[in-house]
Formats: sequence, C-alpha cells, structure tokens
Amino acid sequence: MMTTPKRSLPGPDDTHRHTLPNGLTILVRENFASPAVVVNGYLEVGAEDEPAGQHGLAGFTTDVMQRGTHRRGFNALYEEVESIGAGFGISSGTHLTSFGAKGLAEYLPVLLDILNDVLRSPSFPARQVEKVRTEIQTDLQERAHDTRRLARLAFYELAYPNDHPYHWSQMGYPDTITAITREDLTAFYETFFSPENMVIAVVGGIETEAAVEAIERIFGDWQKSRPPRTSAPPPPRLLAFKERRLTVHDKTQSNMVLGWPGPSRSHPDFIPCFVANTILGVFGMYGRLGTRVREQHGLAYYVYSRLDGGCGPGPWRIIAGLDPANVRQGIELIEDELRRLRKDPVSHDELEDTLSYLTGSLPLYLETNEGVARSLVNIERHQLGLDYLQTYAALIRAVTLEQVQDAALRWLDVDHYALAVAGPEMPASPVDTIEDDR
Amino acid sequence: MDSSTQPLDAPRQVTLGNGLRLIVQAMHTAPVASFWIWYGVGTRNEHEGITGISHWTEHMLFKGTERWPAGSADQRISREGGIFNGLTWYDFTTFYETLPVEKLALALDIESDRMLHACFQEDDVEAERTVILSERQGSENSPLFLLSEEVTSAAFRVHPYGHETIGHRCDLEAITCDDLQRHRDTYYVPNNAVIAIAGDVDVDEILDQVEKAFGDVPRAEEPPPVRSVEPPQRGERRVVVEGAGETHYCDIAYHIPAATHPDFHPLTVLNAILSGGSGFLVGRGHISNHTSRLYQALVEEEMAVDIDGSLTPTIDPGLYRLSATLWPGVDPADTEAQIEREITRLRDEQVSEQELEKARRQARALFAYSSESISNQAFWLGFSSVFADYPWFVTYLNSIEAVTADDVRRVAQTYLKPTNRTTGWYLGNGTM
Repeated sequence: MMTTPKRSLPGPDDTHRHTLPNGLTILVRENFASPAVVVNGYLEVGAEDEPAGQHGLAGFTTDVMQRGTHRRGFNALYEEVESIGAGFGISSGTHLTSFGAKGLAEYLPVLLDILNDVLRSPSFPARQVEKVRTEIQTDLQERAHDTRRLARLAFYELAYPNDHPYHWSQMGYPDTITAITREDLTAFYETFFSPENMVIAVVGGIETEAAVEAIERIFGDWQKSRPPRTSAPPPPRLLAFKERRLTVHDKTQSNMVLGWPGPSRSHPDFIPCFVANTILGVFGMYGRLGTRVREQHGLAYYVYSRLDGGCGPGPWRIIAGLDPANVRQGIELIEDELRRLRKDPVSHDELEDTLSYLTGSLPLYLETNEGVARSLVNIERHQLGLDYLQTYAALIRAVTLEQVQDAALRWLDVDHYALAVAGPEMPASPVDTIEDDR
Repeated sequence: MDSSTQPLDAPRQVTLGNGLRLIVQAMHTAPVASFWIWYGVGTRNEHEGITGISHWTEHMLFKGTERWPAGSADQRISREGGIFNGLTWYDFTTFYETLPVEKLALALDIESDRMLHACFQEDDVEAERTVILSERQGSENSPLFLLSEEVTSAAFRVHPYGHETIGHRCDLEAITCDDLQRHRDTYYVPNNAVIAIAGDVDVDEILDQVEKAFGDVPRAEEPPPVRSVEPPQRGERRVVVEGAGETHYCDIAYHIPAATHPDFHPLTVLNAILSGGSGFLVGRGHISNHTSRLYQALVEEEMAVDIDGSLTPTIDPGLYRLSATLWPGVDPADTEAQIEREITRLRDEQVSEQELEKARRQARALFAYSSESISNQAFWLGFSSVFADYPWFVTYLNSIEAVTADDVRRVAQTYLKPTNRTTGWYLGNGTM
C-alpha cells in the first residue's frame, strides 16, 4: 500500500538551526508538499515579568502591539495581512510570549516583515489601548459567568500560593485592567521585549537558504537586552485538601477541575508522569477516567486528564463537566481511579498499548507544518536536542511499570489536592459556597 | 510558489453494488491515511419527539459489537497511533479514523463491522442518556447557545433544521432503545453512505479492499425522503432571551439557499466582504476580519467587541448568520441598526473590485490550507459529497472566481432583506 519513500522524522540532518549574535535562534525545515508556510516562535517575556499588582499587563501589552506600529496603522497592518489570506498573532503566557503567522509560501518575506514590525516598533495608539481595555473587560465579564473558566481560575488560586505566578490569571482582573495605563504598557514593552533567547521556526514550502536569509535580514539588526529574571519560587506542594465551590446561577452543568502542581518539562519525573497521565485520562476515549466515569457510569459528557509540564511546575489536572447531581459521585469515581493507579501496577498490556499510542501517533502529529513548527519550538524551548523526535520512541519505550506507579505515588496524592467546582447550586450539598483557606 | 509543490491527481469515485459510494484521493505527502464514512442522516432527518436521535445514535455506535466490544476499537486505533471519533450535524453523521497508512485496513474492519453488527442494549442507552443530557447542559451554560437555539427555532417553523443537533431536553429524556434501533436500521445502511479516503495509498488496491470489506453488506430499503420545505418568510421575526451576565449579544439569521444553488458562492463572497474571509470553509483555517465592513462599522465604531458571519453548506436551504458581542453599554437596537446600514449598502451599491479581489485571494489561501493535510482532504471530499458531490469542493475556487460585483449585489437584494430575517437579542440581566 505504501507507494513513496517516506520523509523521515525531522532531525539534525534536515532541520537548519543556528543562533545569531543578537541571541535569536533560527530553525527552518522545508516541506514542499505544502503550498503554505508557518512561522512559529517565542520571546522570553511573560506574565512572570509583571510588576506586583499589575496582573494582565503582559497580555494587554501583546494585544495592543497588534493594533498598529510606527510604520503601519491598524487598518494598513490588517489590509496587508488579510488581503493575502494570511494571519498572524502574538500571545502572552506566564514565561514566554509566543508569536506565529501563516500564509502561502510566496508571502514569507511579508509575514516576517509584519512580525518584525509588531514585535519591534509597536506604536501603542491611545485609542487602541482603550479599545483593547474594553475588549478585555468584556471578556472578564463573560468569564465571571463561564463555569469552565471559573473552575479553572479557582483551581489555580487553590493549587498555587499567591507568591507564585501561576496563582494569578494571565488575563488579569477587572481592577488591574482598569488601573493599567498606556505608560505601563510602553514601559513593560521597552523593558522586556528583546531578541535575547528568542526563537523563530519556519516550516513549509520554502527553501532553507531563502528563509534563513530573510530572517537574518529582517531580525538580525535587532539589538536589545532585557533585565535578568529573578530566580523562580520553589515548586509548590499541596499539603492539604483545598476546595472551592462557586455557585453560578442560571446554569445547568457543573464544571470541575481537580489536581496538583505537576512536574516541569525538565523534571526527571516528567516522562513517566506523561505516560501515567496518558493511561489515566488520554488513551482511547479519555483513558481510565473516560471508561469509568463516562462509559460505565454515564456521569459526564467529558472527563479527561492533562499534564502541562512547561517551563515551570504546571499543573496535572483532571477536568470534567458533570450534572450537578452527579458531582459527588464523579469525584468519588475519580478518586477511586487515582487510588487504583497508585496501588496496582499497570498491566504489561496496558503499558504496551499506551507506549505504542505515544510513539505511533507521532507521524500524525507531524503531518502538518503547524505540528512540525510547534515541535521544533518546543524542542528548542526545553533544550531537548534536534534529534529529539528521532530518539523519542526509545525514550518513551524505556518507561517501566514501576516508573508509572512511582509517578502516581509521588504526584497524585489522593488526600491532598485542589478541587474547584463551578455550576448551579448542587442538590444535597451541605453548603453551596466553600472558600479555600486564603 | 515552488515548482516542486505537485498538484494532486483527480480523486477516483466508484459505487458498489449495494449503493455504497466511495471516493479515494491519493496524497503522498506523509505516511498517513484518513478514512471517513458519512451517513446521510442528521438533524434534517428528525422530527419533534425524536430530536437529537441522530447524535445519540452516533454515541450508541461506539458501544461496540461482538467482534469489537465497547472500548476495544478506540483502544486498538490508539495503540496503532491513530485517532478515531464521530460527529453529527445538520445533514450527516460521520465516523473517522486517521492512521499510519499501513494500518488503514483496521479502519475498514471496524467500520464495516459497525455498519452490520452494532446492537443497542437497554442499559447502554440509559448510561448514554445521562451523558447526552450532560452534553446539552454544557451547551446551555453558554449564553450564545441559548440565543442561537431560539433564533434557529424562530427562523424555521417547518423544516427540521429548526432544532439543534443535540435535541430538545424533553426528547432526550424520552427517546427509547427501540427508537434508536429503528433509526439505526433506517439510515446507517450502505445505500445511504459515502466513504472518503485520502492518504498515501495505491488507489486500485484500496478500492479492492473496500469492496472486500463492505461489498457484502446488504442494500437496505431507501431511507424516507425529507418532505419538509420551509415556506418563504413573510416578515421579520424577533426573539429576546434574558439571562445571567452583563454582556449583551445580537444574532441575526437570513434564509439562504442550499449549497448546490448558484447563489451560494456569491453569498460566500458577500460574507467575506461583510464579515471576513474565514467563513469560506468552515473551521479550516483562520484569517482575521479587521478590514471587513462590519468590523469597521461595529468594532472600530465601538458598538461591538466582536462580529462574526457564517454560512454552512447544507442539502436544504439554510441560514446566513451574523453574531455580535456588544460593546458594554451599547443598546442592541443601535448595533442592529448599524448592521442594517451595512446590509443596505450591499443592496444599494456594488462592492469594489478591490474587495472582490481580496475575497478571492483569501479563498485561494484558505482552500490551500484546507487541502494540505490528509485528514482535511478526506473531510472535504466526504462532506461535499453529503450536500452536493465532491466536484463541489474540487471546483470551489473556480466558482468563487466567477462571482461578480453584480452577483453580490443581486444576492444581497434577494436574501438580505428584513422580511427574510430573524433577529435575536440576548440581554444579560446583571445577575451572577
């Protein structure tokens, strides 16, 4: 059935990588099967750089950066992008600010020029600052009634202490967004946006030489440094059960997030935890949780688990949407599955299925330019080495039954976790709003 | 564009003796294949009392067979590194598997077995009832769903497109195992299905394999035709939904013709000019809409924080929808009036050549993005075969290129008139 020589997994032989003197690392991989090109990358700036009390400043800054530059006003910027059927965006995270663009391959120089313009010479038009402020405030109003987002927000507040950046919403809060001035935005931009440790990956129907030349020509003269980051706070550990239930009127479903601070991507436990998480709430139709809570008991439309594993101790979470009457039973079943994963070693067959899934699904993930570009950026961000995708299968295959059980024992503490539930009033609940211990 | 980007060969289409249609597209870009089986059943084939039954049947078809007991197929697909799911909408129910190409036979085995041997049990139906109700509850938590459901329902008073695919709560509480079994026996049959395959396959070889896997499935009675025809609307309809929150929303729906009608493509271009190009191909690629007429008139003028337009290709006449999230403190009547001013402009004046050219370029780009992944290609070949035939997709760009400024004005005058409109407001009442 296979009729053509297969493209190998991206690796050092077919991925160009080099770092410019200004700190920018360039990654390029050709894919002439595609008429399009994808740009993906990041800068080392994010919510963790926000001054105290200015939650939402980083996100507010990147939103306004996309509203006009010294060379292009708002309309000129978007006329240029939309008239070629392209798209671009910047978004702020806790540690990094990601950017990306997509267009037909012939427009790569235009895409790079536009990204360069918004990253290096945003003009922060006063009118756009106020428009973005209103858009964020409207989104915050919507969040205040959105049970999924409320449960997520409450979970982070419970799982991380208030001196940890993950405790706080990256989008901010109504009072912090109201208080941020245009001067705050420009000061944040001037202080922290720099090509130091910046990464840009280009994947698609473009020759490597042409892509590298364009990136060097456009970004090579950006000379700027940012203040060093202070050391990260120690990874938090939950020492108590923490619970918050939020009653949101006029809703019919309860949304739940249950979890813990998890291992960072560089933590030695990460890969065994990644495998354990796949067994718990990913494999097949949402793993053991999906089988038990949804298929066998019919309690939820969705229930799954997720391990973030980013630059810091991102959470390991179980997320579910439940009928309010079923919340208590759903939590009991989830706890039961957690205990089982801790107590009983996973069978050889189940582990084998999971490892096969994790290794076998790589070609699907890497089918698109977006998938390859994301992988290359991720590899660079976590210093995994350009041969990572080629060694990935061996890395996953080396995980043992004991390591999976040990990961569950170390990270999935059934007595000490954070639980946030947002939804209508729960029947037979002793109290309808329980605050945590803050 | 680099010359080494090769155009695809034409897809191959055959019909088996039992009426099952098959379309195969060879794409040698990755060692992957994507298999989609589309049954011609969805919201369109339901009526009051059994609304939501197609979506529920889709869920039940994951409950297993003797050879593939519940959970075994998705575990096997996952073990082989594939993905596996199903979805239901207005005109179709589809199941798909995307796999490493050497495992494609697995998809044929699972789907032919499911077509022949799925058997629904009472206890599975009851377990799934709470899952489906939970899915509906999740939607009800969103003000936009509540508004959209009311607007759709008001827009259609005869045709089944007037109810949501998830179905009414009362029907979800009442549908029985027998109802589901009857629905399955009627619609999930080879002569009401089309298979679309794209990937790194030898076309002749895959045609043989499909014939072996599905050729013996007996042809069934033809499913009953849909008789409902939505009568012309004779005046504006309005609905108001009140609920929690501070934010107001406005949702406007115009009746438009079926996907195969010659006016569908001019309406697609009209939407690109009015509200942005991403509506070209549903869910497959995104272009911002900041230079569209409605963004400029509403968001730039601080009457809305967001505006979106969409039209979905359907077998029977559907809806063109405009949805706005209002700027805080703005009266919905003012936002609505501003939208109507822009619609009036479209009816009264020709769009410019520059706007037309921008819409065409956006279409070309989005079409390229839609076609570059193997899964997307199989999706579009199958989806277009449900509401038209696959050449609808293959010739899509030609159809868009042919649209003139006169066409855009004509379809604006024909369809975007107040008497053909249903307008809905969601008014947040400020409660938590």
